[in-house]
Amino acid sequence: MATGRPRQLFRNIPSKIAAIPMILTASVVFLGGTLWTIAYSFTNSKLLPRWKLVGLDQYERLWATKRWIVSFENLFIYGVCSLVFSLVIGFVLAALMDQKIRFENTFRTIILYPFALSFIVTGLVWQWILNPDFGLQGIVRGLGWDSFSFDPLYNPDIAIFGILIAGLWQGTGLVMVLMLAGLRGIDEDIWKAARVDGIPMWKTYLFVVIPMMRPVFITTIVLIAAGIVRLYDLVVAQTGGGPGIATEMPAKYVYDYMFGGQNLGQGFAASTMMLLSVLVVLIPWAYLEFGGKKRV
Amino acid sequence: MAPAEEIIAGHWIKREELMKFVKTMLAGASMLGLSMAAAQAADCEVTHWWTSGGEAAAVSELAKAYDATGNHWVDGAIAGSGNTARPIMISRITGGDPMCATQFNHGRQAEELVEAGLMRDITDIAEAGKWRDVINPPSILDACTVDGKVYCAPLNIHSQQWLWLSNAAYEKAGIPVPANWNDFVETAPKLMDAGIVPLAMGQQGWQQNLAFQVLLLSLLPNDVYLEVFKDKKADVAGGAEVAKVFQAASTARDLSADSNVQNWNDATNMVITGKAGGQIMGDWAQGEFAIAKQVAGKDYSCLPGLGLKDVLLAGGDAFYFPVLSDPEKTKAQGDLAAMLLQPEVQVAFNLKKGSLPVRGDIDLSAANDCMKKGLEILAKGSTVPAVNQLITSDTRTQMEDLFVEFFANKDMTPDAAQKRFADIISQAE
Repeated sequence: MATGRPRQLFRNIPSKIAAIPMILTASVVFLGGTLWTIAYSFTNSKLLPRWKLVGLDQYERLWATKRWIVSFENLFIYGVCSLVFSLVIGFVLAALMDQKIRFENTFRTIILYPFALSFIVTGLVWQWILNPDFGLQGIVRGLGWDSFSFDPLYNPDIAIFGILIAGLWQGTGLVMVLMLAGLRGIDEDIWKAARVDGIPMWKTYLFVVIPMMRPVFITTIVLIAAGIVRLYDLVVAQTGGGPGIATEMPAKYVYDYMFGGQNLGQGFAASTMMLLSVLVVLIPWAYLEFGGKKRV
Repeated sequence: MAPAEEIIAGHWIKREELMKFVKTMLAGASMLGLSMAAAQAADCEVTHWWTSGGEAAAVSELAKAYDATGNHWVDGAIAGSGNTARPIMISRITGGDPMCATQFNHGRQAEELVEAGLMRDITDIAEAGKWRDVINPPSILDACTVDGKVYCAPLNIHSQQWLWLSNAAYEKAGIPVPANWNDFVETAPKLMDAGIVPLAMGQQGWQQNLAFQVLLLSLLPNDVYLEVFKDKKADVAGGAEVAKVFQAASTARDLSADSNVQNWNDATNMVITGKAGGQIMGDWAQGEFAIAKQVAGKDYSCLPGLGLKDVLLAGGDAFYFPVLSDPEKTKAQGDLAAMLLQPEVQVAFNLKKGSLPVRGDIDLSAANDCMKKGLEILAKGSTVPAVNQLITSDTRTQMEDLFVEFFANKDMTPDAAQKRFADIISQAE
């Protein structure tokens, strides 16, 4: 039918047809589901969704709940630490790996290996390692250092760092591999030029190589950030949110109230707040990243 | 089929032979009929969260009895506690993949599912089985009834208000087994001196919440309990009497400081092995003692109402039946519902489970000392409904959040906890 004058809409039609399922999924499932969730967060839905508006009641209750506030603080602490440490450790490991060392394949495999484990397994393994009676503390004490004390999971003040250790152990391998790929993409000539100019290696990394690796960094940050916001299974496996509520996470709050507490409205309000916190970070960044270029 | 057979037979064989033939055919037909009936009997998937040793043994009794009715029990055990299992069950029912039958604690957990018409009305089966007459206490059936219609089959009565004590632990400390909570608290330092944790407590909100409810019921008159949880009077919850309970909970927190286990059965195991003096837990703990071949009164002691008063906090388990379109499965549901209330099933299941039967008219002479104590209280009618029948899951989750924090955080004062408790009660529906 469009044989006469191919219009813009009908150009390259097979690829457009191929994209329809994904477009539908994205708009109906992701966008539609998000809007639906936000709308119902203003209702008093209990076990089943029910269109009975109660204004901001769910949000008021949410922000008056100690557990939610602790969860949010935990997300913040975990998020900042996880982002900084996985980038730094991942990059340093990649830089070390890039020194033309022997057995690079072996080391790379060993370091990437934890990433092959699920968060549930990671959580359980670290729960055991950090158990004061059988784990690290027990072993060191067994070697004769009786006063050695390392039990982050049993101390509410630092329990979140016990989770962080496990998260880093699992996640840095991937960051390292991404960084390594980025480093390998840097032209040899740049290194040669830097050497000719007598620039020290650390300076070359910091001021020449890292800026050139910008796209890799962005990919990595997006991956890490997504991992942070949806953090749930690691906590469930490792501490169950304990001791007390010391390692609770927003995603766990959402799940517990939506299903365990049979209070959909409260769960929706909490997940809307999660979305909002992601947007607060994302929008200014997207504006700087993409908004600027269009004007040029 | 029969006339056709005669015609065929008449053509081909003589009279005597015909008779013989007909007999054989009849026998064959009846065999065929039987196997047809067996094929008609449906598979029935039953989801529940009974996974500890004692619980699994009790479930296998149900499965055995159900398979004997010609149907087939498909076990859908979901590990974890009810808090893990219930969301899975509910999403299956609301998501259009209902199971044949599912366990809930009767009360308000399935309330909205019933209101939404997702649960099958089994009033006809209840009337045929005269449930109204045989179930004792009647509040158990009331908890299954919405607008005069019965929606669940009560299976057992679980009471929460028990203090389980290890006789071995007290022997080791060289003191007599306490007779009530006050004795228990007084003698706790001696247990500590002997290297025994006085109170075993799993670090999960529902267990700590349970301990608090038991303290409240045992230390204060029943009226106060009902005013707090049934009438939801925030001023009572924040009042001077309940403040005493928070003091007691703070004592319990100190006594359980060295108990690092998570699951309730691990905590019970501390009592069984004499590593802990006692545990506040429901009567389901009894199943664990039974599996460990311990004898009530000899190896362990039990104090209902913490030894302070004879009262039964009667909750329990019930089976709900989601509405199904398949008529065969619907029939299988009916068979299951009727079977659960049969006296033999009640006896076999409850002896293994350590819970009390929902029928007042059956003989439980095989019951051990602790169960007999429970049965006596039940016969006296000194029961109050369990908290889960009075509050919503939402309120329960809030209370669990409060107590899991209270028990883990030594810096949280009883006053601060009570203030939050009163807040939760004031918002409760």
